[in-house]
Amino acid sequence: MSQRESNAQTFVVATVLCVVCSLFVSGAAVALKERQAANALLDQQKNILDAAGLAKGQYGVTASGLTTDQIKDLFKQVTPYIVDLDTGEFVTDVNGLDVDNYDPREAVNSPDLREDIVNPEFNPGEKFREKYAKVYVVSDAKTKEFQQIVLPVYGKGLWSTLYGYLALKKDLNTIQGLTFYKHGETPGLGGEVDNPSWKLQWEGKTLYNPEGVPAAGLAKGTAPLGNKYEVDGLTGATITSRGVTNLIRYWASDDAYKLFLTHIKEHGIDTPKAGS
Amino acid sequence: MAEQTTKKVLVEPLVDNNPIALQILGICSALAVTTKMETSVVMSIAVIAVTAFSNLAVSAIRTYIPSSIRIIVQMTVIASLVIVVDQFLKAFLYDISKQLSVFVGLIITNCIVMGRAEGFAMKNKPGISFWDGVGNGMGYGFVLLFVAFFRELLGNGSIFGATVFKLTKDGGWYEPNNLMLLPPSAFFLIGILIWLIRSFKPEQNEEA
Repeated sequence: MSQRESNAQTFVVATVLCVVCSLFVSGAAVALKERQAANALLDQQKNILDAAGLAKGQYGVTASGLTTDQIKDLFKQVTPYIVDLDTGEFVTDVNGLDVDNYDPREAVNSPDLREDIVNPEFNPGEKFREKYAKVYVVSDAKTKEFQQIVLPVYGKGLWSTLYGYLALKKDLNTIQGLTFYKHGETPGLGGEVDNPSWKLQWEGKTLYNPEGVPAAGLAKGTAPLGNKYEVDGLTGATITSRGVTNLIRYWASDDAYKLFLTHIKEHGIDTPKAGS
Repeated sequence: MAEQTTKKVLVEPLVDNNPIALQILGICSALAVTTKMETSVVMSIAVIAVTAFSNLAVSAIRTYIPSSIRIIVQMTVIASLVIVVDQFLKAFLYDISKQLSVFVGLIITNCIVMGRAEGFAMKNKPGISFWDGVGNGMGYGFVLLFVAFFRELLGNGSIFGATVFKLTKDGGWYEPNNLMLLPPSAFFLIGILIWLIRSFKPEQNEEA
């Protein structure tokens, strides 16, 4: 008994336990990493397809009801581009990283590739955003004509940063859809941003008011009938609702995508310039 | 201590000694993940796996654990298992793991897991401890499914996502009860369940 309670024994047990447990945990993490990464990529593609309403248009179900091959096939309509948010123009690469290798989520962590968000008109609750965004252009499967633009958006809710996609129709002012692929809001309350019937309300809403100021957002309670800009607020989730409104308006404002949207309105989807 | 048999440790926690209904443990996640049957089933399986294997592991090393650090040892074992379960869900059930979000990680703080490790596994052999973990996990799962059944049915008109009552917004007759989608409804349902169990088993009533 005394042997078991000795200091030496305590240290040995603690050390052995920690080593065994960390091997166990890291073993599982490493073994499953590839699968998880594949899942995350597939999930991202699903969300882009859902924001753009492509799965619904082609198969009548949301992307989660499709097989991996169907998703890959649909995703052929989607082309990613890098956009310099300061000039609003397409660029070919960022520091030598081309569009497939550039990750805007990582760029936010690198001081050279991010900008401070200072006194924004609409506060997304974040300190930084990337200098170069990755946007997705959806073109018609046959005619290759420009159909939609899918813009990554993010901002703080109650507990977490919500990451999602905002899809705009051809006129660059009508919303096609909004989906979030990552957030940590309370399930059943703020987590209802994932609710399919709520998400459907976004289609056809107008992003900018006639003065060109972002006006789309969530109402307090039920959105009044015929309101062009607002969808229903999320019940029991005031702060998440406010966060979603702010993040949409922030990304649509002069501080983020507005310059780019003006650029493609004037020039169309033009050839990317050589990057920085 | 009375002799423990596999059958007894498996069946007793379901009704007679239910961790939620009698011991009132693990209420937090019972409120959070029970808006749908699907998430409740996955959550139950996750908790069963964690309780069973943490009991097994703690019991296997119980004679080596110095009593001064026994709680932190149990905690480490449980935390490691929860991380592994979370990794598995992310790899194989990605969509559901997204819905369960933080609550898988919060199994670590579920008092049932720790309670069984400290209360049972520290004193019993690994085999029986494993089954005790399974039994208590199932007792937890039983309450979760009970609550989720009514919450999904009355709150959303469906069971496992399949429509049972057609909702008015889809042109049906059923106006969903939104309270059922909010956490307080789980309190009401757990209360009703405890009342039912104690009506049939008056020996569970505490003395006034």
